[in-house]
Amino acid sequence: MKNLIRVLAGATAACMIATPVLAEKLTIATVNNGDMVRMQKLTDDFTAKNPGIEVEWVTLEENILRQRVTTDVATKGGQYDVMTIGTYEVPIWGKKGWLVSLNDLPESYDVDDILPAIRGGLTVDDNLFAAPFYTESSMVMYRKDLMEKAGLTMPQAPTWDFIGKAARAMTDKQNETYGICLRGKAGWGENVAFLTATANSFGARWFNMDWKPQFTGEAWKKTLNFYIDLMNDAGPPGASSNGFNENLALFQSGKCGMWIDATVAASFVTNPKDSQVADKVGFALAPDAGLGKRGNWLWAWSLAIPAGTQKAESAKKFVAWATSKEYLDLVASKEGWANVPPGTRASLYANEEYAKVPFAQMTLDSINSADPKNPAVDPVPYVGVQFVAIPEFQGIATTVGQQFSAALAGTVTADQPLMNAQRITERAMKKARYIK
Amino acid sequence: MSHTAIDSRKIIMTAIAWGIGLLIFFPILWTILTSFKTEADAIASPPMFLGFDWTLENYTEVQDRSNYFQHFWNSVVISVGSTLLGLLIAILAAWSMAFVPAKGTKNVLMWMLSTKMLPPVGVLIPIYLLFRDTGLLDTLTGLVLVLTLINLPIIVWMLYTYFKEIPGEILEAARMDGASLWAEIIHVLTPMAVPGIASTMLLNIILAWNEAFWTLNLTAAKAAPLTAFIASYSSPEGLFYAKLSAASTMAIAPILIMGWFSQKQLVRGLTFGAVK
Amino acid sequence: MATDHSRIAARFMISPAVLLLLGWMIVPLSMTLYFSFLDYNLLSPGMEEWIGFMNYEYFLTDPAFFAALGNTFLLVAGVLVITITGGVALALLLDQPMWGQGIVRILVIAPFFVMPTVSALVWKNMFMNPVNGLFAHAAKAMGLAPFDFFAHAPLFSIIMIVAWQWLPFATLILLTVLQSLDKEQLEAAKMDGARKMSRFVHIILPHMSRAITVVILIQTIFLLSIFAEILVTTNGGPGYASTNITYLVYAQSLLQFDVGGGSAGGIVAVVLANIVAIFLMRMIGKNLEA
Repeated sequence: MKNLIRVLAGATAACMIATPVLAEKLTIATVNNGDMVRMQKLTDDFTAKNPGIEVEWVTLEENILRQRVTTDVATKGGQYDVMTIGTYEVPIWGKKGWLVSLNDLPESYDVDDILPAIRGGLTVDDNLFAAPFYTESSMVMYRKDLMEKAGLTMPQAPTWDFIGKAARAMTDKQNETYGICLRGKAGWGENVAFLTATANSFGARWFNMDWKPQFTGEAWKKTLNFYIDLMNDAGPPGASSNGFNENLALFQSGKCGMWIDATVAASFVTNPKDSQVADKVGFALAPDAGLGKRGNWLWAWSLAIPAGTQKAESAKKFVAWATSKEYLDLVASKEGWANVPPGTRASLYANEEYAKVPFAQMTLDSINSADPKNPAVDPVPYVGVQFVAIPEFQGIATTVGQQFSAALAGTVTADQPLMNAQRITERAMKKARYIK
Repeated sequence: MSHTAIDSRKIIMTAIAWGIGLLIFFPILWTILTSFKTEADAIASPPMFLGFDWTLENYTEVQDRSNYFQHFWNSVVISVGSTLLGLLIAILAAWSMAFVPAKGTKNVLMWMLSTKMLPPVGVLIPIYLLFRDTGLLDTLTGLVLVLTLINLPIIVWMLYTYFKEIPGEILEAARMDGASLWAEIIHVLTPMAVPGIASTMLLNIILAWNEAFWTLNLTAAKAAPLTAFIASYSSPEGLFYAKLSAASTMAIAPILIMGWFSQKQLVRGLTFGAVK
Repeated sequence: MATDHSRIAARFMISPAVLLLLGWMIVPLSMTLYFSFLDYNLLSPGMEEWIGFMNYEYFLTDPAFFAALGNTFLLVAGVLVITITGGVALALLLDQPMWGQGIVRILVIAPFFVMPTVSALVWKNMFMNPVNGLFAHAAKAMGLAPFDFFAHAPLFSIIMIVAWQWLPFATLILLTVLQSLDKEQLEAAKMDGARKMSRFVHIILPHMSRAITVVILIQTIFLLSIFAEILVTTNGGPGYASTNITYLVYAQSLLQFDVGGGSAGGIVAVVLANIVAIFLMRMIGKNLEA
């Protein structure tokens, strides 16, 4: 019966799309971020080097993309041949056997050139399951002119106290200058990413070694109070719906004194075409609270091949092309070194030309100072700096993010969201049977 | 009432109506205007209304990045295909309900409408699994089927209310003449029902064109319509108002133009039996 | 009037529609029902386990559930009130003699053609954004502080967006009905010295009442499953302030990939939708018989 339906459906489908199959067509799912859009534009270079392979792009907004590829890979839908996923998905999916191992990439790919911290995060049981396309950590981006006006100097490695002081000093609400812009939009990849990384530096953690949620502890309270007070004093209006993008637009239009966010933003804010403050931006490491951990995260957008694909060989060729040294050179020759996808290969940072890019060294230092295996001050049972690499995390963190966002919007008092977060997480962990 | 009084009243009414009309239309107008700005002008403060440097760069950029015409064509196939298939099934059902009503007819009709209230998200995973097993994922056939099913209740109901107003005596007469059932439907009923069918068709094309849940979740590349096209321009990194506006304009323009040209036909049947 | 022959033919003709819809309902719904009793996370396939009513227990005791129930009601009711009062007013206005009536009508119906995702994106970014949105610019020009719509009035903002999309629909139907009103009757009432208000209450409104019920029915069907607008603008937040039942089910099944929990939520939503449906059908049924 099933077969009959399949035959019928196949026949009708064949009638409707009656294009002859000559070349092998790869369907590639990716995020609509700048670096990926650039990759899409450079497709011709790949198809010229690999005759017989065609490429079809599915470029989607991050949240929709994540939902689409997760549904597809988990149900073995087989709609995509290459997927763009992050350091959160790779360990989970790799363990389930949903991804094709990339251990047999050609010699010339030079897999040892990939930064060890990144490679480790994408490897499960000695199998490399995804190739990093670009890596980001987070750092402080600040306006040198406003800092000077406030009579302060940004240290290379600031503390949260300094950030708080500077943000308040730079704020001039009359003229729409806000000392600091931080993420407030709910989402596990938005405000939860920022707050989890920040909480790490304040000595907080998501779970103790018995998987018991820790939101009611002092450290989380300190984190959230610091964040809310700071944003109320020195943040822009509407901060509770600001994500990466909204803050980028604010910073580029000169409305933020400081912005702590993804390192990848550096190439946007220093690009004179889009940014009104391109020549006034300085960089510093993410702040700490003197406890030995900095509040920066680590994320690598990577290309992986789902196990369900029929075209694994061609897909591997594509992955190798897009994450190769030659690709970096290609982008550099077409768009300049500042637009090269950062943070994946040691050789890039050894390159003298690249060293001239103002944010290159700071990006590398930020990446190197994040440790996904030991993210918090206290020991934790999980991997991941700004996330917890368990399947349940997305759901829990999305709901918890709503609570943090409500706290920032001022619709609830500061203690309430943490109590709620604790209860939500406990419920979910009980349901998933981590704890009784 | 004097002539001038009528005129001044007409002037006032015209002014109010135009004011409100422009207000309601303004978001669309603003989107179209923004699509011709540079990204920096799009967020300029104070906002620029007409005095900016008009540019087409957003459109070339969007065209560069996405295969607009493929998405457009998919949207056309899906919305027209599902509408025609839906009409075919619905005309039969509505005919029988309107002219040969049985005891349960009303209940069947209401039950059909109630299927439309089910939240689609609740059944996405089952449908996804079914589509995977039948090879319908990312095919136009699959989408035509789904959209036919979700809009069928509305089509049946619209046609039913329309058919009911056609006097049964005409059909009786045709029957006396010995016309077969098919002849009756094709030669007598259909011509009388054309305005109703036309407006049902238009409404359904609009609904199908704008459906964004199933079209987004059951497609990847080949069958992805304009709703998926839009999803690649919403909140990327960097400034995006102008590009988003250009993509939005491209996504809504076809249906907007169709709607404007056919608004007379659309309105004529859009009463759901509310006119006695 | 109908012969046996045509009665059989009629059954035969109605059957494709009924069978298709029945299949469309029963197949996925029974799968959903089955999933709702499983511990089934999409990310842990092969580990499904029968857990009885636990998914229902978790869904129904979730504080988000009651918030969502209230929000769903407010969303539907809010949009209905705005579109119907606005629709009646606009219909009356457009029925007046004026110049360029056709063009005004084109302007007014335009929002109906806009994809929900597009309209939500446009409203969110270009109008309601507290820094770069037009409303913020307007507020600043008047020396006021910009209002942060999605943080402080999330549900209201969504109601406004949705109402903008559905206002044309209500206007169109009500206008068509109004134009079918017997003008002589109105003239007669005018002669009798009936005042504008009483003409409206005693002649126009009763004439429109059936159309209003129809608008309520159709819009409720679509409004119960509002989803894209919430996803694009607020993601259901802050907190649960703009989460409706549909969005909650979405969050369960596609953000948390908890298919079991999401399915339980789906079944609950189906039950609730059916209660609304029965209620509506009663109301419509009565009104349509007349």
